[in-house]
Amino acid sequence: MPLRTEQLMLNMGPQHPSTHGVLRLVVTLDGENIVEVQPDIGYLHSSVEKMMEYRTYLMNVALVDRGMDYIAALANEEGYLLAVERLGGIDVPARARWLRTIMLEFQRLSSHLVWLGTWGIDLGATTVFLYCFREREVILDLFEQVTGGRLHHVYFRPGGVYEDLPPGWTDRALAFCDEFPGHLQEYHDLLTGNPIFLARTQGVGVLPKDAAITMGACGPVARASGINFDVRKAFPYEAYGEVEFDIPTFEQGDCFARYLVRMEEMRQSLRIIRQAIEKLPPGEIRSKVQVTVKLPKGEVYARTESPRGDLGVYLVSSGDDMPYRVKIRAPSFSNLYALTEMMRGWKVADVIAILGSVDIVLSDVDR
Amino acid sequence: MSTQPPQPPVPSRLASIAAAIDILDQLPGGNLILTKVEYLLNWGRAASLWPLTFGLACCAIEMMAAFAGRFDLDRIGVIPRATPRQADLMIVAGRCTIKMAPIVRRLWEQMPEPKYVISMGSCATCGGPFYYDNYSILKGIDQVVPVDVYVPGCPPRPEALIEGILKLQEKIKVEPFLRRTVAAQA
Repeated sequence: MPLRTEQLMLNMGPQHPSTHGVLRLVVTLDGENIVEVQPDIGYLHSSVEKMMEYRTYLMNVALVDRGMDYIAALANEEGYLLAVERLGGIDVPARARWLRTIMLEFQRLSSHLVWLGTWGIDLGATTVFLYCFREREVILDLFEQVTGGRLHHVYFRPGGVYEDLPPGWTDRALAFCDEFPGHLQEYHDLLTGNPIFLARTQGVGVLPKDAAITMGACGPVARASGINFDVRKAFPYEAYGEVEFDIPTFEQGDCFARYLVRMEEMRQSLRIIRQAIEKLPPGEIRSKVQVTVKLPKGEVYARTESPRGDLGVYLVSSGDDMPYRVKIRAPSFSNLYALTEMMRGWKVADVIAILGSVDIVLSDVDR
Repeated sequence: MSTQPPQPPVPSRLASIAAAIDILDQLPGGNLILTKVEYLLNWGRAASLWPLTFGLACCAIEMMAAFAGRFDLDRIGVIPRATPRQADLMIVAGRCTIKMAPIVRRLWEQMPEPKYVISMGSCATCGGPFYYDNYSILKGIDQVVPVDVYVPGCPPRPEALIEGILKLQEKIKVEPFLRRTVAAQA
């Protein structure tokens, strides 16, 4: 006689230590196997796109810091300001473009460190969290010396950046770049050689290449599935066209590949920072732009590579000093739906490992 | 017969501990009396605040930084717990949406008494930058749960959060804890 089984609906979140914010996952289980995962979002919807329609272009810089992906605030500013500058034809001086590149790569480092630390906690490796945040504090100190803020910088402005580097900053940044590869090796020693970590990540949560394309996965998630695409290479912005770096791609598409992609990206970020500091030209840091800048009537789409993937900002202007409509194409949003494909068929214990490997920020999903 | 000069009482181990935490009373006969049981309880409770790991938005990243190596909240007895049943402090870190508000309330109700709430950041305190032109963010978490300490900032630095926790400790130390419990039972 066959055993009669029933499907069980399990609610994960919105308050769960491993959901990285306020995400609710409705998991349908057959025994221990996941039949379906349905994410329930909107617990952090802050109506940022609507609010941007009532603020000037300069005020919105502070808003995108908080309202979007808060772990990588500078990446949001870059995505938004790229759209503003393209539509308005605002010129950015060379030094400002290089400064932005340096800051964006430091932001990528600090964002990946938060991801690695929290994922380590999720998988039971608490030590990694302490190590990652130790290095992150050094990066935040470097940020603070330039921008004045630890998390929300409001450093980029239409047509440049707010302030120049303080004296001695490049030496401190280079000193960090020199010591960081050693720390990266520490993380590898803690995780890559750890049999528990390998058992929980290798071959788990595979996202095939065609599924990654269909679901619109982007950033490190897509690159771990063998898609060789990076906006920094494909559509270079700021100074990315003038620096040398590689795009790490892996074919496996599992959690371990996503981990390796980000670890390698950190190494590439250091390469970019070193080159940018070396090539940093002297000169103006900001072109003359009015505080209440008015953009001509029209629309523009700008895409950038945020630490989480392909961040697009679609901006419509009606010729006013405030945008008529802003639509944000958030990388976490499309990666969240690739998650449903990754989780199907795995055990309930793998939910945490897969969710952490995608690196979603709920503020970015809900906006 | 000669009168001996009065000898100072030899401080026992208990007395030295009692002196260290300022609950030592000395009577004219040299008797030690520990009068303030309430003080001792409050001192113990203030030194072991266990917050619920409950991050809503950006401030949660600064809260995590406060738990990590450089700021190290563990050294003042603050150890994060993952379930509301084991927590006695809720740090509301970040903006709370109207959709999330009932869940915050339910989590607060699941925490055992005595319990405290720290509102971390401008968003949790009053809506912060999302105060105007916004249809989805709650204008202050104190509309849902009673707040003991407000920490300003957007986001507050980890030092500011530590300051908030120290303020809460001061508040706990002068609380009529035993009488409050009796009043609650009556």
